[in-house]
Amino acid sequence: MSATGPVLQVTGLQVSYGPVHRSTDAVRGLDFELYAGEVLAVVGESGSGKSQTALALLGLLGPGARRRGRMLLEGKSLDELDEAGWTRVRGRRIGLVSQDPGQALNPYLSIGKQMLEMLRWHQGLGGVKAREQAESMLRAVGLTDAPSVLGKYPHELSGGMQQRAVMALALLGEPVVLVADEPTTALDVTTQSQVLALIASLARQSGTAVLLITHDLAVVRGVADRVLVMYGGRVLEQGRTDELFAAAGHPYTAGLIACAPGLTSTPGSLLPSLQGQAPGAGDWPQGCPFHPRCPRRLEKCATSMPVLEQISTTHWRACFNPGSDL
Amino acid sequence: MSPLLEVHDLGLSFDRSNALGPGMSGVSFTLEPGHVLGVVGESGSGKTSLARALVGLRPTRSGHIMLMGQRLPPDGTMSTDLRRQVQMVFQNPVASLDPRMTILQSLEEPLRVHRGDMDARQRLARAVDVLEMVGLPSATLAGYPHQFSGGQCQRIAIARALMVQPALLICDEVVSALDVSVQAQVLNLLMSLQRELGLAMVFISHDLAVVRHICDQVAVIYRGGLLEQGEAVALCAHPAHPYTRDLLAAVPGARVSAGRPAPLAPDQPNSGCAYRHRCELATQLCVERAPGLGSRMDLSPDRKVACHHPLVSGKPAGIVGQ
Amino acid sequence: MSTTPVAVTHWRAALARLAENRAAMAAAVVLVLVCLAVLVGPWLVSATSQAVDWDQISTPPSLHNGHLLGTDANGRDLLARMLMGGRISLAVGLLATLVSVLIGVIYGATAGYLGGRVDQLMMRAVDVLYALPFLFLVILLTVYFGRHIMLIFLAIGAINWLDMSRIVRGQAMSLKRQEFVLAAQATGVSSAGILLRHILPNLTGIVVVYATLTVPQVILAESFLSFLGLGVQEPLTSWGSLISEGAREMENAPWMLVYPGLVLGLTLLCLNFLGDGLRDALDPMRDDRRDGT
Repeated sequence: MSATGPVLQVTGLQVSYGPVHRSTDAVRGLDFELYAGEVLAVVGESGSGKSQTALALLGLLGPGARRRGRMLLEGKSLDELDEAGWTRVRGRRIGLVSQDPGQALNPYLSIGKQMLEMLRWHQGLGGVKAREQAESMLRAVGLTDAPSVLGKYPHELSGGMQQRAVMALALLGEPVVLVADEPTTALDVTTQSQVLALIASLARQSGTAVLLITHDLAVVRGVADRVLVMYGGRVLEQGRTDELFAAAGHPYTAGLIACAPGLTSTPGSLLPSLQGQAPGAGDWPQGCPFHPRCPRRLEKCATSMPVLEQISTTHWRACFNPGSDL
Repeated sequence: MSPLLEVHDLGLSFDRSNALGPGMSGVSFTLEPGHVLGVVGESGSGKTSLARALVGLRPTRSGHIMLMGQRLPPDGTMSTDLRRQVQMVFQNPVASLDPRMTILQSLEEPLRVHRGDMDARQRLARAVDVLEMVGLPSATLAGYPHQFSGGQCQRIAIARALMVQPALLICDEVVSALDVSVQAQVLNLLMSLQRELGLAMVFISHDLAVVRHICDQVAVIYRGGLLEQGEAVALCAHPAHPYTRDLLAAVPGARVSAGRPAPLAPDQPNSGCAYRHRCELATQLCVERAPGLGSRMDLSPDRKVACHHPLVSGKPAGIVGQ
Repeated sequence: MSTTPVAVTHWRAALARLAENRAAMAAAVVLVLVCLAVLVGPWLVSATSQAVDWDQISTPPSLHNGHLLGTDANGRDLLARMLMGGRISLAVGLLATLVSVLIGVIYGATAGYLGGRVDQLMMRAVDVLYALPFLFLVILLTVYFGRHIMLIFLAIGAINWLDMSRIVRGQAMSLKRQEFVLAAQATGVSSAGILLRHILPNLTGIVVVYATLTVPQVILAESFLSFLGLGVQEPLTSWGSLISEGAREMENAPWMLVYPGLVLGLTLLCLNFLGDGLRDALDPMRDDRRDGT
């Protein structure tokens, strides 16, 4: 972790929708810090609030959303930005790679045109210099035949190549933070690991901080430096990736890790699984949001909300009865 | 015992939406009653086309499919009697249920088609029984699909498929659209139902680890061609085809690593081996001639591979200088 | 979600959404009032639409002479005539819409679901019919069969089903690709069964919306015909006929044009608002989803 302080600091983030007396709380108090050159994975299932977090960081929350809390980018507040302010931040200081590359790319413009447009907008570059920079960025994301790719239209590229092009576009503005929202979910399995590895290496090389949002805890291993596990709009566990996989304290984290069959499971055996399903956003029970599904729940889990406690210098956990049964 | 399902040299013309080359060609496999076959492939492999052809939703171009000894007509139709024996569960659970029908109505439909002799009370009783088998309460019957979660809808879809007691269940990426914590539940459910009811299953997925866990045999397809086939655990332990190895490498926590990826090239005309564009072992031979399916009994008795340079114990064989 | 779900149908969710749309709700209220007025009104108004008040020919509206909205050139009470005319206009609107919906839905759903050559043939037929000039046809029919009110229904209904069939066809085609239709096919449900039990019920939303938007089109068409003198015959009258008369007497008796015109315009406006509101409320796939991220 950099000694110069976090690039992104989020304190007490809350996002809600709907009328105040009947509000749907998507995010209920999120705190984290993101440092240059690291990859922080935010893992959560549907309804956990992870996507709303990404939207909040990019100023893309819908008109009916109410946001509270503080967001500081390189020490400067993002809370009071208006649309014009956000337009200057997006792309230049915070980049986005989202799930469907087909939607992020304009189908009517060639890759080259879209990249040159970005370079003109963010850096005022044009002509040969812009072209050179575009080509070098394409090569950096693994599209080795850069001149040819520049001339192609999105539909002429495969899904994996499209996502790489989107990444190249996102990095052109030289953002300090890159938000990758489920960047590999729509891609083939064999391409996924390549693209994730690319994200990680770009982060380390260029010092960009990456916020990787995903529903699949298994894929973050080997890619993310730290992991934040969200459920019910809150953080249940947070720590270094290796720490978490070695000794997940929270029953939910442990459950997520255990329930994916790896290549060493006994074929035909019952897979360890969590009962029930995640409630929809806003449908939270009282107390710990996970308690209805938790194999280790105590009586007090239904009435009071556990707070994040520090277990080691890098590991936090919010649980009254930590441990793993699975 | 004669096989339940026999697919012989099957060819499917490509879907209008699937512009990546031929739908399927030269695919053959058999399935015994009560066995589970996994079909592993990524987008563009033709696995969905295959699934649809097996349930009579799609015409075939060449080859044939035999179900319980009867040949399926190539135009994609199927007799009602035969349809009763093979049912399908789809990828998107909520979309596979009619949003305007109650769960009871959705569950009753197969009975109306195949068991016209049942009256309303009998249909209701059967629906309640099957719902119990999939772990859902009878109160579910009054609801509409949009009121349930993805996992619950998938259980309902499985229940619907089981209403007429089919011999064969086709599962097309049935857990891909579900949350990770729910996937394991549904997989457990499928495994226990398969055992209890002696169902044969064709389980289509892109996840080789899941397939290894629940299937007896695996067939690996890529761009409409069968690349490798054999007993599941052995195939994952000792893959013979580079693509199988790459699929394994993509499983989180795998200790195999993928081959050095070939330079990414957009689609090029098909000749020779379908995988040559992505394969680091490709040689001129691979460009000129498509490899046929050959036996590799040294790896396991039923293993077949279509590769000019199949791997031996995870290492490529027969390449000079490798 | 609790384990005992209440059967929240789409209609209930849609109605809730509609209720939030103030313009649509206001329009609905006005329409109900208009319908009540034309149904019950003629019995409440003292004068009838035929009675000639010889003393008060072409008198302007006043509160004192028993003719709230004035009289026409024949001394007939305008309000009474408007209420009676409203019956005809609305009846034509509803019945012709019904005809067009019936033909359009069956035709469009069949073409869309069957697809292929059958669909091509059916839609080319629609294209040909589109090209026929509506007015020409009606004039021909009137000349041949006379100005019978039934003819008006049929002529207008026969033209309007074309729009409905195209919309329904498009919707049927997209429904055909939905997984629940595939599931039904895989189960072995016949084509007819799928059309009846899966396609048609899922079309009701869009049909309701476009039917509501067809009614004003039909009323306007009828008004146009009547304005040209091809519509309903005396003693029957409609808003269109009244406007036609009013246009002729515009200089001497402007109230004869203004009031029928206002009522017609208001009704059409309300129907359009309601139709738009229904379209927003019945937007498919917008029902509460349980697996949103």
